[in-house]
Amino acid sequence: MSGALLVAKGVTKRFGGFVALGGVDLSVGAGERVGLIGPNGSGKSTLVNCIAGTVRGGGSIEFDGHDLAPLPPHRRIRLGIARSFQIPRPFASMTVLDNLRIPLLYAARAHPLLQRSRGRETEEALSILRQVGLEAKAGRLSRELTQVDMRKLELARAIASHPKLLVADEALAGLSASEVDEILAILLEMKGRGVAVILIEHMMRAVLRFSERIAVLVVGRKIADGPAETVLRDPAVERAYLGQ
Amino acid sequence: MKTSSFTAIALCTALLVAGTTSALVTNDYFFSASYTVLQFVVLATAWNILGGFTGYVNFGSAAFFALGAYSSIVLDKLFEAPITLSILSGTAVAALVGLGMGYLTLRLRGVFFAIATLAFAEVLFTFVVNWDYVGGARGAYVVLQGRPPLGFRSFVQFLFAIMALMAAGAVAIARFVQTSTLGLGLAAIRDDEVAAECSGVPTLRLKLVSTTVSGGLMGMAGATFPYFLSYVEPHGVFSLSYAVNSIAMPLIGGMYDWAGPVIGALLLGGLQQVLQVNVSADWNLFLVGALLVVFVTIAPHGIMGWTFRRGRRARPT
Repeated sequence: MSGALLVAKGVTKRFGGFVALGGVDLSVGAGERVGLIGPNGSGKSTLVNCIAGTVRGGGSIEFDGHDLAPLPPHRRIRLGIARSFQIPRPFASMTVLDNLRIPLLYAARAHPLLQRSRGRETEEALSILRQVGLEAKAGRLSRELTQVDMRKLELARAIASHPKLLVADEALAGLSASEVDEILAILLEMKGRGVAVILIEHMMRAVLRFSERIAVLVVGRKIADGPAETVLRDPAVERAYLGQ
Repeated sequence: MKTSSFTAIALCTALLVAGTTSALVTNDYFFSASYTVLQFVVLATAWNILGGFTGYVNFGSAAFFALGAYSSIVLDKLFEAPITLSILSGTAVAALVGLGMGYLTLRLRGVFFAIATLAFAEVLFTFVVNWDYVGGARGAYVVLQGRPPLGFRSFVQFLFAIMALMAAGAVAIARFVQTSTLGLGLAAIRDDEVAAECSGVPTLRLKLVSTTVSGGLMGMAGATFPYFLSYVEPHGVFSLSYAVNSIAMPLIGGMYDWAGPVIGALLLGGLQQVLQVNVSADWNLFLVGALLVVFVTIAPHGIMGWTFRRGRRARPT
């Protein structure tokens, strides 16, 4: 893809003798909505970890013209790569508001050590919480939130870093139908901000509703990539999901 | 309250307390006991910057304390350095060693980091025991001579005043760290290091700042110790009680707030002094152990956490 925001080429990752990623290519354009699907153990989360920098793998990943290889995760988020976690990881001793102040102060601003923690970022954090429907819970400890609110907090924290690309790792897992709609609405709104989103998800209804393009991973290899209707009719994808 | 105002108030309070007690109290034991309690305020506050704010448990407090003490001994042997220079150099040496130790060990987490700090203390202890210049296992003497400066009646009064100022300074630094962006980043590391890194927090850099400041403050507390006792030997200055008290005091007072270690040190340090005089010095560690069991069981967030509804307002917004 020419002019792509994210270009991953031949990404590999081994855990001992197990090949989690066996040379995966993936490109994402600015503002694009990509669904990344595959059975359990296919390497989706490993690929996300390689992109975010929490796992080091082989191959090359470029983002917005920058080679990501030498960059630690905190430098990658400053470039504009935000992620949410499959299992929510809130800063449990902090309030919901303070959870957002972290990326606002550290990812979205320069020279954070020179700044005081109380200032305009509080207003900005409240504004983001309003968008995701958590404003009323801003003063509560994050560990007291419900499952759906924790998912919202994950996304709010990602939004707070002013990303160009958001990787949502199973952001809908364990939610009811109405809660799925709430989270999807937040993700769909990202398009309006020009943010590209990679949605990793098992729930096909949500993936189809959300994605402009779908990539399919199976045992560490990409077996399909394209528009949803094409990919889902692909015999290889059918075999991967339904068997021979 | 702004950090500058808080620092000014803390230092003025320390000066006022030191001045008033020096004028009104004639028994030198009061100053000796208070010096020890304030020394623990500095140690507990310093430990809490790494252990409480950042979540990295350091069992090597005694090593940093000893670095400060032996820096003073070296300077005294070299050219009978003034006490202010000893304090500055003790702080600097311990801070630098803290930075180095942090660089080597901060990729470890949890119990592995704790064991590494314990090992560091043992290595330093062995080094000092075999270093003849500072007296080796025999120890070394540092004697303050002449009249006490600034009109104090005795050196112990003078040292108490210095320790009061150092305690005020340490508390001001801890409060600044907690309320700044740095403190928010350290709290994020304590809660979830991977999530912190993925939220833009430069975790390694902040942890190095934490080990440096924490180590430096412990060294500062140790720098006046040789002047206080006149004699320092490795077994005394590397004593287990420094490591245990440095951990127990923040645990009892509350680790998420700068005031926790202060409360813990005043309470536990004060009780230890009372026990030492009225019962026996041997009961000190028993008291620490008993209180630790009580607090870990019924108030794991310490007195501060208990006061603020078990940590609900651990970090007010």
